[in-house]
Amino acid sequence: MNDLLATVDWSRAQFALTAMYHWLFVPLTIGLSVIVAIMESIYVRTGDAKWKGITKFWMTLFGINFACGVATGIILEFEFGTNWSNYSWFVGDIFGAPLAIEGIVAFFMEATFVAVMFFGWEKVSRRFHLAATWLTAAGVSLSALWILVANAWMQNPVGMIFDPDQMRNVMDNFTQVAFNSVAMNKFFHAVFSGWVLAAVFVIGVSSWLLWRKRNVDTARKSLKIASWFGLIGIVMTIWTGDGSAVEVARVQPMKLAAMEGLYDGAKGQSLVGIGILNPDKKLGDKLDPMLFEIAIPKGLSILANHDADSFVPGINDLIEGRAINEAGDTVSTVSYAERIAAGKRAQEALRAYGEARKAGDTAAMQRAKDIVMANFKYFGYGYFDRADEAVPPVALTFYSFRVMVMAGGYLMLLFILLLFICYRRTAVLEKAWLHWAGIISIPVVWICSQAGWVVAEVGRQPWVIQDLMPTRAAISDVTTGSVQLTFWIFAILFTMLLAAEISIMLRYISRASKKDIQQTH
Amino acid sequence: MSQIRRFFECTKDLYVDGFRNMTVGRSLWALILIKLFIIFFILKIFFFPDRLNSDFDSDSQRAEAVREALTQQ
Repeated sequence: MNDLLATVDWSRAQFALTAMYHWLFVPLTIGLSVIVAIMESIYVRTGDAKWKGITKFWMTLFGINFACGVATGIILEFEFGTNWSNYSWFVGDIFGAPLAIEGIVAFFMEATFVAVMFFGWEKVSRRFHLAATWLTAAGVSLSALWILVANAWMQNPVGMIFDPDQMRNVMDNFTQVAFNSVAMNKFFHAVFSGWVLAAVFVIGVSSWLLWRKRNVDTARKSLKIASWFGLIGIVMTIWTGDGSAVEVARVQPMKLAAMEGLYDGAKGQSLVGIGILNPDKKLGDKLDPMLFEIAIPKGLSILANHDADSFVPGINDLIEGRAINEAGDTVSTVSYAERIAAGKRAQEALRAYGEARKAGDTAAMQRAKDIVMANFKYFGYGYFDRADEAVPPVALTFYSFRVMVMAGGYLMLLFILLLFICYRRTAVLEKAWLHWAGIISIPVVWICSQAGWVVAEVGRQPWVIQDLMPTRAAISDVTTGSVQLTFWIFAILFTMLLAAEISIMLRYISRASKKDIQQTH
Repeated sequence: MSQIRRFFECTKDLYVDGFRNMTVGRSLWALILIKLFIIFFILKIFFFPDRLNSDFDSDSQRAEAVREALTQQ
């Protein structure tokens, strides 16, 4: 068991490393493609050649980032086949279909229109070029849609039927999979967070130009567009984040409880604004889970259910199957002990199904299948012996959520401040503190973005597919040593590639800044 | 017919001239090619075999292997 857990942990670490590396590039590609399209639209509308130069400058940075991100996601698919083969088989075509669509969309839309964007300035009309730029931006977001549809299915598996004969889930309703409510919120949340990230990137680079007193007009124009874009992005990110919270409360209430460090829920549940978890707190003891907290009264009930007096269950409530209804009465839900029993019944029946299949006993197969299907909703719980095994890491989820929210709050203030300065206090644009605030915000926005994914993915542990497959059942029969080896290969490779990529980007910014960007066309 | 030919010639020119006049793009393409080589010709071949595809010949064998793996834990 210890060796299995070591293999699972190393495989998870490797997947997290690869996914986080991939996510360094994706949100910038999503957001910067739209910023470039906006700038080019201004150029086409006004005919002012300055905007062509500005567009080309940011388009080159988009291209560098795009090239750096190319193929980094493919490694994740390799890992599915090698380290997570049980999972890959079990999800069947549900995971494959969106990824195949993503591959086709990415290849045809991006490969075609990116080429027109970079090579077509003197070859096609202005309007055709602009259309290609907007279509690239749309293609980038559409690619993200299909990846997030696949991810959302893992958080909320719908639109499929489990086939015990094939041992995989078979898609029976594509619409349910594609328009999964979790997917829609997740998609818009990720896309708008990409807008925020790209806006801060543009603000950071523009701040550096202002600090070095190079291409000041370009920097000011870019700063203004990025601040508007970022403000719209952050407002939409908050709005879609609210939608995500409602979905989490509905389909992953344990994740929500972990995000809040909430053990015993209540009606009109408060939200921890700022807090420190008690590190000694264990499941089932009477210790206060918080050492310190500043709470927002009824905040969690509003966030989770849009109802200030609604009940939000804590970890203990979920485990014990306890809820409070609208009338204020304590009612029973399905406890984790019952879920574990149902999961074990499903697994026992699946084993019996396999034996009956080998023996050619169709009647026994049907009996076993009926039991599997009746208990399949809780199939994954059968891997646990104790309820606490189904509780995610509370501290990492709790703190990551607060890092994301606080960084998001800071960025919102930054956009508002910059817009105020751009329109009302332009003299402040020459202040070094403002330039440094812009530059320092670049790592802040990346930390914010990565923290969001940590909340989403660590918070849903121990599940790789919610309620159906825990991470430890998804793993292949691989040795810990082989996963450790590839982990370190990736760690070294990604570090080298990242250094090369950042260096190409910085060299370009430095070189371009010494010329007149607005005349470089 | 001539319009179709012209379309393909324009497309060819777009790519040929585009690649020829690249500046930053040259180092980016070098980076992409190195990356693709490492990913597909080193990592995929030596470190990331598809377990079920390489260990079993048919889907029914794969299904059986997964059944055993998922019900024996």
